Amino acid sequence: MTYTKRLDGRKHDELRETEAKVGVIKRATGSAKFRMGNTTALAAVYGPRELHPRFLQDPEKGRLRCNYNMMPFSGMGDRVRPGANRRAKEISMVTTKALLPAVDLKDYPNAVVDVFIELPQTDAGSRCVGIVAASMALADAGIPMKDLVCAVAVGKVDKSIVIDLDYEEEQYPKYATTKVDDEEVADIPIAMIPSTGEITLLQLDGDISKEDLIKALKFAKPAMEKIYEIQKKALKEKYSDLKGGKK
Amino acid sequence: MGLLIQDKQVVVPGEILAQGMDYLPGHGTYRDGDNIKSTRLGLLNVEGRALKIVPLKGAYLPRKGDTIIGRVDDIAFSGWRFNINSAYPAMLSMKDGTHEFVARGADLTRYYKLQEYVVAKIINVTSQNLVDLTVKGPGLKKLGPGRIIMVTPAKVPRIIGKQGSMVTLIKEHTQTQITVGQNGIVWINGKEPKKEAIAVQAIELINQQAHVGGLTDRIKEFLEKRVPMPKTTKKVEEPKKEDTEVKQ
Repeated sequence: MTYTKRLDGRKHDELRETEAKVGVIKRATGSAKFRMGNTTALAAVYGPRELHPRFLQDPEKGRLRCNYNMMPFSGMGDRVRPGANRRAKEISMVTTKALLPAVDLKDYPNAVVDVFIELPQTDAGSRCVGIVAASMALADAGIPMKDLVCAVAVGKVDKSIVIDLDYEEEQYPKYATTKVDDEEVADIPIAMIPSTGEITLLQLDGDISKEDLIKALKFAKPAMEKIYEIQKKALKEKYSDLKGGKK
Repeated sequence: MGLLIQDKQVVVPGEILAQGMDYLPGHGTYRDGDNIKSTRLGLLNVEGRALKIVPLKGAYLPRKGDTIIGRVDDIAFSGWRFNINSAYPAMLSMKDGTHEFVARGADLTRYYKLQEYVVAKIINVTSQNLVDLTVKGPGLKKLGPGRIIMVTPAKVPRIIGKQGSMVTLIKEHTQTQITVGQNGIVWINGKEPKKEAIAVQAIELINQQAHVGGLTDRIKEFLEKRVPMPKTTKKVEEPKKEDTEVKQ
């Protein structure tokens, strides 16, 4: 256990500095911004609106369509080539699937709700930050939801379970300052519906034992609840003048 | 346990509003075991035992009986298709669109041209949200020149006010004609462009602050500051003009 002190000095269960704001994009039906350390996501929701081409329509319920996009100079290294790529497509899909169990679109048959997630700056954990922002934007758009969705990454760096990894931790052996016992890094993005504890996203990059995975999931839960509180606060803050209003 | 959140508070989706069986879930809420939870961002409204959420935002969902403003988007074989600021278009059939006899193959733009705005009433909405309109009824008509502004459909009741008090207030102060559709499209036409602009500002102000208390007073103050003319003289003027028009 050499990784007792984290590279940026955080505690093992400490999140990066967060910032959440709702209603940042005026022309969208709903929008939100969520920042976690150096990872920033902007989410804009449009709709429910007509869905074309028609063969995509679902006559039973509305569709949810998410689009994840990293901006060209958002990454750590080279410029990201603009437009969809294999990675963005996958993340768009898992984001949709992470949000769908919370969203109720039965009142909107044949329609679509579009969610655009743009990342102007990324430093690991971007899909989680995107999901958090998208969930707030959906609520802001007035879409019926059974709950918000919160997300965070948990991982194993040199045998220690840590929450909300940044880029340097994900690439740990490269940036290690102390002797490394175990070079394997695991990175597990998780999304959860807090009221039911239902996990809607669970991916794993790297290698982790069953015991450690269970430990990691337990570790992530309180962190996600913290994020949930931040989401709730941001949504209410937008209308905070209402509470202060007379009568 | 009872109510956990006070009346008229902002709630977010998933928030527990009440516990136990003392309360009933209404619009915008659902029961999850012992708890009643919110499904939308909005204000909690407690009506006796029923809890409901008044949404702060949201798209317009067509409902039977709503009076709306639509724009002609397309013309079909036997009617007009309207954009009604919703995820679903609305159809106005020939039968409901005009009293006249329309011969087979007649040019339907004679009645409503593309891009024209019409005040219409929703006569039917199906389970798939197919919408039928009519323009047969009091106050339903094609709209002439004027300005169209969009507001949040959830805030339309505040723009209209109790028995139309708010919209009447704006109309009288700014000497404009205003029609508010339930779908959030507002048509404004004024004799004086300046006053018309003030009417637009007033409606936008309501749109922004619809859920803060004391709205009527603030709008009154806003209007009186900008349109200092005493109301009574205006009121006398207007019917006179109408009278002469009728006589002519």
